[in-house]
Amino acid sequence: MDGYTTSELWSIFAMQGFSGLSLLSVLLLMALGLAIIFGQMGVINMAHGEFMAIGAYTTVMLSKVALEYGFGNYYFLFAIVASFGVAFLVGYLVELGLIQHLYKRPLDTLLATWGLSLIMQQAFRSTFGAKEVSAELPEWLMGSFKPTETVDIPINGVFVMGLTAVVCLGVFIFLFRSRWGLRVRATTQNRVMAGAVGINTKKVDRVTFALGCGIAGVAGAAFTTIASTGPTTGSLYIVDSFMVVVFGGAASLMGTVLSAFGIAQAQSILQFFMDSSMGKVVTLLVIVTILMLRPEGLFAAKVRR
Amino acid sequence: MYIFNRNKLSKISSVFIGITMAASVMVNSVMAADYPTAKVNTTKLNVTDTTVKVGILHSATGTMAISETGSIQAEKLAIAQINAMGGILGRKIEVIQEDGASDWPTFAEKARKLLVKDRVAAIMGCWTSASRKAVLPVVEKENGLLYYPTFYEGLEQSKNVIYTGQEATQQILAGIDWIAKEKGAKTFYLIGSDYIWPRTSMKIARKHIENVLKGKVVGEEYVALGDTQFGSVINKIRLKKPDVIYAAVVGGSNVAWFKQLKAAGINSKTQTMLTISVTEDEVLGIGGENLEGFYSAMKYFQSLDNANNKAFIAEFKKMWGPKSVVGDVTQAAYLGPWLWKAAVEKAGSFDVDKVVAASPGIEFKAAPERYVKIHNNHHLWSKLRVGKWRSDGQADVVYESALIEPNPFPKGYQ
Repeated sequence: MDGYTTSELWSIFAMQGFSGLSLLSVLLLMALGLAIIFGQMGVINMAHGEFMAIGAYTTVMLSKVALEYGFGNYYFLFAIVASFGVAFLVGYLVELGLIQHLYKRPLDTLLATWGLSLIMQQAFRSTFGAKEVSAELPEWLMGSFKPTETVDIPINGVFVMGLTAVVCLGVFIFLFRSRWGLRVRATTQNRVMAGAVGINTKKVDRVTFALGCGIAGVAGAAFTTIASTGPTTGSLYIVDSFMVVVFGGAASLMGTVLSAFGIAQAQSILQFFMDSSMGKVVTLLVIVTILMLRPEGLFAAKVRR
Repeated sequence: MYIFNRNKLSKISSVFIGITMAASVMVNSVMAADYPTAKVNTTKLNVTDTTVKVGILHSATGTMAISETGSIQAEKLAIAQINAMGGILGRKIEVIQEDGASDWPTFAEKARKLLVKDRVAAIMGCWTSASRKAVLPVVEKENGLLYYPTFYEGLEQSKNVIYTGQEATQQILAGIDWIAKEKGAKTFYLIGSDYIWPRTSMKIARKHIENVLKGKVVGEEYVALGDTQFGSVINKIRLKKPDVIYAAVVGGSNVAWFKQLKAAGINSKTQTMLTISVTEDEVLGIGGENLEGFYSAMKYFQSLDNANNKAFIAEFKKMWGPKSVVGDVTQAAYLGPWLWKAAVEKAGSFDVDKVVAASPGIEFKAAPERYVKIHNNHHLWSKLRVGKWRSDGQADVVYESALIEPNPFPKGYQ
């Protein structure tokens, strides 16, 4: 790379590192809910992307209301909570009406949730229209801040990173430091035994599933800061999310975090040095190779089924 | 002074158009009896003494519904207007609408249904090149007639298709010439979504920049359809410091691209960008504030200041709601039924062969884009405009070319 000054190269280096980190936070936020549902419960939720879209639509709707009543600068924090709430509620109902009847039939869940995703897409289309919509972002989320003359760090990227950290911490505390988490882990490790010692495994399943959906909703809210929302928005990310979860090792949340980090950095760096599509191709090739050598993913599950 | 003259001219010409339209209404109020069905329909089309069937074939569901809805609306508006004027050869147009569902084999199947079972006299339809390529063999085999509205990559010409959007050279060359001259641009960074239309367009753009303008392409980049992460690409652009970013990013990626540019501190004050993939429809999703000051090269903008367009926009909003916006392709879709009507009347017949033979040379002076004419190669003579986006989602037209001859197989650009 000749013709560039050292300081220019350094600032590009810094911004490039940041772009990898912000990709990481998006991937992680999307994959986290899926990792809980898929990893902890063994349910392949093909409608996960649509729960993300629910969160995104909630945020867009709230932004419209907020603009009307003139509190456009503060609504976003509230919108994140609301997105979680709405997606959680819908997830809870879906578990109640559909998923709980299919726990013994993993392949049928795959088909059923895929059907559900199509139904939800069409519902979005009928309700919100086929056109993509955008949330009006509050002023403080736009633009960039400049630590030095040549470095621009996008504020929305920083915000999404912070949000991801908070959500990860929340999930960690919930799963590993709370009584609920204890019951969830017990159910994961040995369902029959957990039931025998008096854990209401059905209730645990329901809340776990709804929680995963709720986190997808938060991902949707965060997503409105970088792109627009359409009926099929969710389906574009389901593949990436599954990739992160499977690559990380299905039952390990730590694996999910590390795999999101690895994939994001690899993709970001490769895209800088080669064509953007080629960067993706090479990343996928590497993942396929590693999965061939380690079919259980980076972190093997220590689960007795 | 110049502007004043143009306004005056457009007033005079709009009066002329009014007169021609009124005249054509009178001609049209001919009775169907003057054109007996046996004479105007010798190929067993679905034409009766009072009606003629036309197919509309777009995606009303699926990914592409976002874009194709506008086309459906424009075609229905044109047909309603034609019917209100008395129809074609005294026959009212009846629409049979089929849904291509954003799925290319479905498009082919529905086209076959429209042509074989319904025997429609013409199809207004398709949007993506993929859907057109799927429908093309069917339309050619069954000898149907398709009016295709989207600006596209060119390299195609069929007896059975009239292309009402621009082919690549019409959209690209004049726009690049303008920006090079206006901004003194020497270096260009090309970026597009990864499929045939952006790739073909960028190939033409690169040849033109390097061979004709003697400029330099400092980067050429394609992002996967639906990709929303532009961090690395934006850093590359920052490093290369091009005079102009030339962009053809589509769909959901488009929104992410502009939002992230803005978040990264790149805006029209520091960077010139010319896109060929942003119309008023896309702006709805991207948000005018993210686009303000950037340029689009299109043949049509909703803000075009002429009487035809004002009447068209008013009618469109009356039919489809005051919040509707009209983009380039929507306008091109609106041309389809009118061009077909003119050709049928010139031929005095609905038979496809006769309508096709009558088509070259057909002019449409009431077009919202002012004036178009069908070329022998079935594309339209049209102008290119460059619009500068405002924060309210409309564009100020800052450049208008002369009429450009369509050239779907450009020599030296392939």
